[in-house]
Amino acid sequence: MKEISGAQILLEVLQEQGVEVIFGYPGGAVINLYDCLPDYSCRHFLVRHEQAAVHAADGYARATGKTGVALVTSGPGATNTVTGLATASMDSIPMVVFTGQVPTPLIGNDAFQEADIVGISRPCTKHNFLVKRVEDLERIINEAFHIAGSGRPGPVLIDLPKDVIAGKCLKKAATKTLLKGYNPNYAGHPGQIQRAMEIIFKAKKPVFYVGGGVVLADAAKELTELARSLRIPVTTTLMGLGAFPEDDELSLGMLGMHGTYRANMAVTESDVLVALGARFDDRVTGRVDKFAADAKIIHIDIDPTSISKNVNVDIPIVGDVADVLGKMLDLMKSSETETKACAGGHDAWLAEVARWRDLHKLSYQQDDIIKPQFVVEKIGELTRDKNPIVSTEVGQNQMWAAQFFTFTEPRSWLTSGGLGTMGYGLPAAMGAQVAFPERLVIDIAGDGSIQMNSQELATVVQYNLPVKVIILNNGYLGMVRQWQELFFDKHYSSTTMDHAPDFVKLADAYGALGLRATKPEEVEPVLRQAFAHPGPVVVDIVVAAEENVYPMVPAGEAISNMLLV
Amino acid sequence: MKHIISVLVENEFGVLSRIASLFSGRGFNIESLTVAETEDKTISSMTIVTIGDDHIIEQITKQLNKLINVIKVVELTESVQMAREMVLLKFAVNSGPKRLELLRLVDVYQGRVLELGARSLIAELTGERAKIEAALEVLSPFAIKEMSRTGMVALARDGVKN
Repeated sequence: MKEISGAQILLEVLQEQGVEVIFGYPGGAVINLYDCLPDYSCRHFLVRHEQAAVHAADGYARATGKTGVALVTSGPGATNTVTGLATASMDSIPMVVFTGQVPTPLIGNDAFQEADIVGISRPCTKHNFLVKRVEDLERIINEAFHIAGSGRPGPVLIDLPKDVIAGKCLKKAATKTLLKGYNPNYAGHPGQIQRAMEIIFKAKKPVFYVGGGVVLADAAKELTELARSLRIPVTTTLMGLGAFPEDDELSLGMLGMHGTYRANMAVTESDVLVALGARFDDRVTGRVDKFAADAKIIHIDIDPTSISKNVNVDIPIVGDVADVLGKMLDLMKSSETETKACAGGHDAWLAEVARWRDLHKLSYQQDDIIKPQFVVEKIGELTRDKNPIVSTEVGQNQMWAAQFFTFTEPRSWLTSGGLGTMGYGLPAAMGAQVAFPERLVIDIAGDGSIQMNSQELATVVQYNLPVKVIILNNGYLGMVRQWQELFFDKHYSSTTMDHAPDFVKLADAYGALGLRATKPEEVEPVLRQAFAHPGPVVVDIVVAAEENVYPMVPAGEAISNMLLV
Repeated sequence: MKHIISVLVENEFGVLSRIASLFSGRGFNIESLTVAETEDKTISSMTIVTIGDDHIIEQITKQLNKLINVIKVVELTESVQMAREMVLLKFAVNSGPKRLELLRLVDVYQGRVLELGARSLIAELTGERAKIEAALEVLSPFAIKEMSRTGMVALARDGVKN
């Protein structure tokens, strides 16, 4: 055997891990790696900002379920990944990010482009490593992929000093990982699952509260079967959208601050709440002591820290949600009488839910100015048979997309839920488009957040990634403006975006197609043109400036206390 | 309420900082923290004294367990632990009756005199926290020039259920 360089070892291990795509940006500290890159099968996509490399890897991971990979240089390259890492960490997205580092003898010397990225990224990664010897590199990369993709997934950062990448050693195939303290629990406790099923069978007003964990665990099929067999209504969080088909009559839509009236009422009135891969986030629960106050709560999650963190739980089940749902289905199938009684016993409850649905539907008034909700509905209508992937930026655009698009498939929805990262949508869409070149990928954006990573239009044009960016342009930082309108006496401090660029010209400058709609009747033809175009498109849609997102639960209030239109 | 948490961690670069940043990032208190190698050089033992209600202590132990480098977390309740703390005290004291009194008190607390100079005295005290606190109160009228405390170290007793 011949000694090979750290750079070669890294790229070989990536191949062994099945990595096909790297999003990255070169620099002095990783120049040796970039030198070897063309010799290997991984495709590299050169982004225009390191933050976008991480979001693209994130979008790729969400759409495929595989671990996303990003590669950047030391110093500013590394610090620019922090928002992307925090975004992925909050939403439990599997990812490995490689950062360059100054040579080991210089670490701590304030060398050129030195940053203590292991220290900086510690709280926003699942784990991170500084590789000090080239001999450790292979083991560490394998450990990183194992950590990123198993248990509750998350981003892992590997810091690579330049001398480690340049150093040489023998590559030993399949080095054993040495993780004494890491052993996530996949199998749910059978006794707890049995107890949970007994409670579910007896429930009169049950609700499934479904989070992103169901998408991450690829458990949508099991969930759908259980909910339909037992006729239990399902609400999803922002992260859980797509885990249960929203065109099913059991779907309550999204819950929480901008959830539907029926979802928030059903959770409030429920007698048994089954939380699946969800973490009782404050945007979901509102005032905690009023959240499902009379319900027995069953909580299934692979992360023990999520259980009884915000809300006390009656039946905790630590395990993989697909495993637990599988066992629940087995129990259900072996208990025919209970299943029948349970499914047949929910008529009154489902009638109540239907009454709430009819009382306050999600709605808006389309007049002579384009309403953003109308645009989202049109996007849904025109793409129904195309199985599109939808990403969003953050703010009103994100909430309208979540409310007015009908999600039926998991892994088709890319949004920064936990961190709420503006500028996420375009690079994430880019990552998903790389994974699925044939699918329609749409970024529903606002005029504010698109400007946070609009430089990536250069990337999508360079690689001909036919992403469609639909800007709901209201001239405001809309969500903050909405809060100012409702709670700060319309004091619109620093939320007017008076000097936005001409987005059509911007698209044109990058070599993408730019389109615009200013009247309601222009929306459909412009969207049709955009979706038919083979390359990337930016559609600037001038929408009603002061439209609000409703329902809205004011921060800290019970979720049954909604402001409605 | 005070709790003692014993944590076994991989003896690796940066582990202390992971634990410290977990506590600061999530707003948990650390009253004292000691760390040293165990009989196995690849593993370190930490004893953390912290304050919080049951809910917070549950979160602390779960969050510690979640760290990749943490091998084992045990909350040591009063009945199952042996806990000790050491303190070194430097007194400004000349030869004379005051010094005799000080030597006698150090002896009462089973302390040891490590250094006796013309103008100062260094003593070592070891014991349970309550004993250390009591000794410090009794010794406080003497001129304590400097003091260094180790914080608590603890082990679970054998054969006692936690």
